[in-house]
Amino acid sequence: MLDRIKDFASGFFVTGDPLIYGADVAIVLTMIAVVAVLSYFKKWGWLWKEWLTSVDHKKIGIMYIIAALLMLFRGGVDALLMRTQLVMPDNDFLKPEHYNEIFTTHGVIMILFMAMPLMFGLFNIAVPLQIGARDVAFPFLNSLSFWLFFMGAMLFNLSFVIGGSPNGGWLAYPPLTEKMFSPGVGQDFYIWGIQISGIGSLMTGINFIITILKMRAPGMKLMKMPMFSWSVLASSLTIILAFPILTVTLALLFLDRFLGAHFFSLDAGGNPMMYINLIWMWGHPEVYIVVLPAFGIFSEVVSTFSKKKLFGYKSMVFALMSISVVSFFTWAHHFFTMGSGADVNAFFAVSTMIIAIPTGVKIFNWLLTMYKGKISFKLPMLWTMAFIPCFVIGGMTGVLLSVAPADFQFHNSYFLIAHFHQVLIGGVAFGYFAGLYYWWPKMFGFTLNEKLGKWAFWLWNIGFYVCFMPQYLLGLMGMTRRYSTYGWDTGWFGLNLVSTIGGFLMGIGFLFQVWQILHSIRFMQKDKTGDPWDGRTLEWSIPSPAPMYNFATEPRVGEVDDWWEEKQRLAAGQAPQPKPALEPIHMPKNSGIPIIKAACWFVAGFGFVFDWLWLAIPGLVGVAVCMLAHSFNYDTDYYIPVDEIKRTEAAARRGV
Amino acid sequence: MANHGNEAAAVHHGHGHDHGHEGHHDLEALRQMGFWLFLITDCILFGTLFATYIVLHHNTAGGPTASELFEMPGVIAETFILLTSSFTSGLAVLSMNRGDRKGLIGWLIVTAILGASFIGLELSEFIKMVGDGAKISTSAFLSGFFTLVGTHGLHVSVGLCWMIALMIQLSRRGITPVTRRKVNIISLYWHFLDVVWIFVFTIVYMMGVM
Repeated sequence: MLDRIKDFASGFFVTGDPLIYGADVAIVLTMIAVVAVLSYFKKWGWLWKEWLTSVDHKKIGIMYIIAALLMLFRGGVDALLMRTQLVMPDNDFLKPEHYNEIFTTHGVIMILFMAMPLMFGLFNIAVPLQIGARDVAFPFLNSLSFWLFFMGAMLFNLSFVIGGSPNGGWLAYPPLTEKMFSPGVGQDFYIWGIQISGIGSLMTGINFIITILKMRAPGMKLMKMPMFSWSVLASSLTIILAFPILTVTLALLFLDRFLGAHFFSLDAGGNPMMYINLIWMWGHPEVYIVVLPAFGIFSEVVSTFSKKKLFGYKSMVFALMSISVVSFFTWAHHFFTMGSGADVNAFFAVSTMIIAIPTGVKIFNWLLTMYKGKISFKLPMLWTMAFIPCFVIGGMTGVLLSVAPADFQFHNSYFLIAHFHQVLIGGVAFGYFAGLYYWWPKMFGFTLNEKLGKWAFWLWNIGFYVCFMPQYLLGLMGMTRRYSTYGWDTGWFGLNLVSTIGGFLMGIGFLFQVWQILHSIRFMQKDKTGDPWDGRTLEWSIPSPAPMYNFATEPRVGEVDDWWEEKQRLAAGQAPQPKPALEPIHMPKNSGIPIIKAACWFVAGFGFVFDWLWLAIPGLVGVAVCMLAHSFNYDTDYYIPVDEIKRTEAAARRGV
Repeated sequence: MANHGNEAAAVHHGHGHDHGHEGHHDLEALRQMGFWLFLITDCILFGTLFATYIVLHHNTAGGPTASELFEMPGVIAETFILLTSSFTSGLAVLSMNRGDRKGLIGWLIVTAILGASFIGLELSEFIKMVGDGAKISTSAFLSGFFTLVGTHGLHVSVGLCWMIALMIQLSRRGITPVTRRKVNIISLYWHFLDVVWIFVFTIVYMMGVM
């Protein structure tokens, strides 16, 4: 009996690597600490009522952001482990199998469990406030989306200590990821972790499209909407058109592995290249999904911190929307080497080059917004200004890669690695940092410390160029991606060493950001104005943090940057617009169903990972029960009485 | 249990609420619009499955081909049953618009029975195929076939459970703005599955035996 348990445990838990034992200990200690702290301070009820069951978009946004920053830490540790392994030739810090796992989890986590939730967090924080709404269109669904993401991410991360991590690359190309070549459970963790969180992403896309199309304040025509909301609309439209393809692709890969189907296998008529086409039909739009909202953030930040209207509003809208359309016609540029022929490659090369046009338009719009503006160099603006040159270089190397014949040389080399890190870090990460600094006071009621933030900013920026510029050269020298080691005779040592130093500089930059947050929580003054940046859009017209119902009375909008114009009118001595009388506010009730339902998905996913139908089926039954429970529940909303609104407003405005 | 007063009230959009019934009404319209977007995503889901099926349908790998496997009488019966159920779900909505709760539930029951017979026929077709050695693991063609047609069947089955839950809610609460929206949505869903089936019938079965 004991032997059988031992036998099971040695396969079930990941064993044999001191790094992982260390992580096991850290995970157990952290969990004990969390449970102990919550129990000691009797905070379980508070946690459940105020956060876990909340359907308030502001709280859901904060939870997304916390989870995303934790994932940024894990993905970053993965990155530094890889850079440590590559610091010198013939290094044996990581075994090749371990290295394969780490580059796989680094990619998946950074895109799907860091960038996506950070983006959804910012959607949630800013969009309803910007458009003058009291919540998103479907608050219950919003909470469910978050918990599906969270449970999916946890399932994926669990593979680290139970069963073994996936090791087939971040997009899990078959036939390598078929059962024949990847018999372990890592690949199943990959499928189910992403599948569960992907369903959540899809629903978020639907939610924000309806929110933006249907819940804008009276008077806010689409062409008077803040640019971030436009970018969210473009991104959400892309989500709902792209994510179903991912759902199907992963489901088919699962059927191959679970039932022995032959979609992507090498035998019985399967076609692995079909997977690569399908996954990039989602995967290419996906990178625009994450970068479009960053463009929206830059637009808000540039105009706020230059004290000018955004230059070329209409062309910006056109650029955002056209990118989201053209992004669906470029997928094959990820595998020009497939051999689909000159005509096909030419089509995808040209469509890829075309994307550079609207992107270029945007760059000029931002530059011309700054031109003759009164620029103040606060943190959000610094990140925006760092973004512009970084993204221009990344974009130009992208155009080089889009030239199909040249790509036969660049394909899968470090030139490509440097390119996509430059657009993803320089575009997406810088953008979301700018967004975080910008909306932080709206979330928490205080700004973040500028001095520590500047340290982090310079470390990140210098670290970035030190890390990735050498990689372009390494790519041209012939170093391809996913090498776990290389020999002294390659001549790649010096550049790899420099690149690793840059990686660690960015790591230190991240630590400065953590310090900055902790320091600011302790020492920063409360922002009593609700408008610390002298903002332009509606979210800055209400107290920080925003009251539960956001707007006591529905705002009326007359023009673009309405809040800014209102402030100008007030400064010119005009009377403020009369506010309508307070009315009871219709609000959705909190619900425990989303977290329970997502937990059931987790159980089902875990069961499928290990082929344990006795666990998977009860999990799915639990999902169905939760759906029915929600369908039969008609007690879903309530009204906040006028008295309570008056009290809340008085308390929030007391300091003004 | 059932509150008969609800029906009359429902026709005038629930005078029971003191305030904000306009808000409630808007909310139901939002939810219906959200469902249209969901249908778009489902369209793409099926589109992707059709694409994989079309890519793989000649790859029979020595196993049975479409024309050897498909038995058209059963498939034609399934088609007529599903098309009829779409018609009866439309009649259910018409009854609802007249405020006739009994008619509404009655037509939903007919729709559900037709849906269940469709699923029964499809399952027996699948079981026979698997019995004859045509399994999902036999060839890429059959992987594509079972996945595409099975996904449609799964959608219909989910719709059946949902319809039953809705009938219970209708008998308890009558026709209210909320249940009205739910009936409209499931009827949209049902028509959508019907349209998908027409494509399955044409592309998988008709072109398969031609």
